[in-house]
Amino acid sequence: MKHLISPLDLTTEELDHLMNIAADIEKNPDKYAHICDRKKIATLFYEPSTRTRLSFETAMLNLGGSVIGFSSADSSSAAKGESVADTIRIISCFADIAAMRHPKEGAALVASLNSGIPVINAGDGGHQHPTQTLTDLHTIRSLKGKLDHMTVGLCGDLKFGRTVHSLINALARYEGIRFVLISPKELRVPSYIREEVLDAKGIPYEEVTSLDNALPNLDLLYMTRVQKERFFNEEEYIRMKDCYILTMDKMALAPKDMLVLHPLPRVNEISVEVDSDPRAVYFKQVQYGVYIRMALIIYLLELEDRIC
Amino acid sequence: MLSITGLHKGIVLDHIKAGRALAIYNALGLNKVNGQVAVIMNVESQKMGRKDIIKMEGNYEDLDLDVLGFFDHHITVNIVDHNEIIEKKTLSLPRNITGMIRCKNPRCISGIEQELPQRFMLTDPNKKVYRCIYCEEIAYSEE
Repeated sequence: MKHLISPLDLTTEELDHLMNIAADIEKNPDKYAHICDRKKIATLFYEPSTRTRLSFETAMLNLGGSVIGFSSADSSSAAKGESVADTIRIISCFADIAAMRHPKEGAALVASLNSGIPVINAGDGGHQHPTQTLTDLHTIRSLKGKLDHMTVGLCGDLKFGRTVHSLINALARYEGIRFVLISPKELRVPSYIREEVLDAKGIPYEEVTSLDNALPNLDLLYMTRVQKERFFNEEEYIRMKDCYILTMDKMALAPKDMLVLHPLPRVNEISVEVDSDPRAVYFKQVQYGVYIRMALIIYLLELEDRIC
Repeated sequence: MLSITGLHKGIVLDHIKAGRALAIYNALGLNKVNGQVAVIMNVESQKMGRKDIIKMEGNYEDLDLDVLGFFDHHITVNIVDHNEIIEKKTLSLPRNITGMIRCKNPRCISGIEQELPQRFMLTDPNKKVYRCIYCEEIAYSEE
């Protein structure tokens, strides 16, 4: 039985396979409308989430399956003190697959070690969020036609942003990737990402503070939110959050085929005026997220033989 | 001068850094064994100045000595039979450590999940780096 706990649980071949299924789903949705008939996904969300939970639920409904679950710890037996291990053992009797979001890092791994059904990590604190990474990769591949030989700019909170760390790890497996890490000095990527991923694999990167200077050379710009909950000090948050705001003036500096991605939600780091620029693909990204989650559910449930 | 007699059959852990013997005694679970155990601390040593020694009389085939590598791989492990050293074991860093160190990450699931063993995996043998298997928080060999 397979689980998805970290983006690196999947080989690049498996990723290609999933993205091929997702691309076919986009073209031929009817073909997939009943693949998960009588199957159930349990969405176990111990903390609030709009996009991720609804994306999983939409994915399963699009496949003909159904959904059970909870959307906060208060409405689950966790409020009574039940362990993650016990919860997943019980959910294994109800559902065929589970997607879990939990504020504690490593919770999804603990669930997978005790589960009778495939577990998908839908976010474990600041640790991993593999289906966001799959969404990012699938968006890039769908719109750029490739995942290699690109200059990728990552902008904003690179210190605490788990999506950034996962994307660096995932893209580092492809040839010809160069990173431009754009952030205030205080929010640079952690040293272990530099040392254990970038330096260890000999991947070229530069750390810069100016978004304007970086923009002309990028194939891809991945914007992130400066998350208030990652700061201990509100003054510090207020000082940092406006550092890197993408506007149409800045977009004028970027190549015509550069893509702008964002894991969402956005606060103010991308001006609303940018939304109408064809290079802004963050809302398309949400749609690609549904396709790739559909592909993932099919793959983990081993239902590929039902694809006509 | 304190005198401890030799072993007929058992294990001698020599060249333990002075003051660490009790931590090793606990890590190996020697409080649960049936045989005689001598913990000798602050012994004079030409090589180390001061050192600790643990002598264990009896059969310890099932004892997991790999964890010693996490504490200090310079510890000498002498296997004794019929009053003679028949084998000297070389210690290396264990690939996995369970229940020996606690994850320091306050956001780690291991801090709240009941009866979840604290488990670490060796991720960088050169820098002696271990990571929590749940949250990947870093821990170093105690050397």
